[in-house]
Amino acid sequence: MKILYFAWLRQRIGSAEETVTPPPEVTSVGALLAWLATRGPGYAEALKDLSVVRVAVNQEFAQAGDAVKAGDEVALFPPVTGG
Amino acid sequence: MIRVQREDFDIGAELDKLTAGRSDIGGLASFTGLVRDFVGMDKAAGADVSAMTLEHYPGMTEKRLAEIEAEANTRWPLSASLIIHRYGKLTAGERIVLVACAAAHREDAFAACQFLMDWLKTSAPFWKQEDTANGPRWVEADAKDDALAARWKT
Repeated sequence: MKILYFAWLRQRIGSAEETVTPPPEVTSVGALLAWLATRGPGYAEALKDLSVVRVAVNQEFAQAGDAVKAGDEVALFPPVTGG
Repeated sequence: MIRVQREDFDIGAELDKLTAGRSDIGGLASFTGLVRDFVGMDKAAGADVSAMTLEHYPGMTEKRLAEIEAEANTRWPLSASLIIHRYGKLTAGERIVLVACAAAHREDAFAACQFLMDWLKTSAPFWKQEDTANGPRWVEADAKDDALAARWKT
């Protein structure tokens, strides 16, 4: 599974992109975020307030209950501020 | 048409291209977003901003902009539409975004243009970091923008 980080999530986690293999019980966006938060202090800090974290799975906006699986591209980012 | 690019754009040339060879267009509305040189709503209260860096999600950005443009075209009878959004480091005063809509009648062109801006503000994956007098600062999403986008929900 490819994970992409943008904006301050990228800065706090210290990486723009990584490939991870979460345990088999991680099958939803919510479970993936909880698992990522255990990967280190930067992750825990970046993911401590999920009200300011948005997720896209395969480039579509996703909610906590949506499914994730091996091979997906999952992006984590703050609420968007374009325009 | 949508474009995501680092380079600046020529508003006049872009608008001319949109209507070239057409005589069925009665109205062309456009909006240009620029890098403002202060934080927040009030220049006197906000810190100075010298530049802004726009980050985006290549791939998803183009997809979302194309979806938003397609949605505008289902809601209004547009003759032509255009979204150009820049990324990278832009100094105060530089152009960020151009949205333009052409239609037979002005009401459709105005409404579609406003809709495109409201929707891209809240759903296109761009993030802005300002270089302010107090150091770099990530621009936070504004509840006002969510409210503006929500008025188009049907």
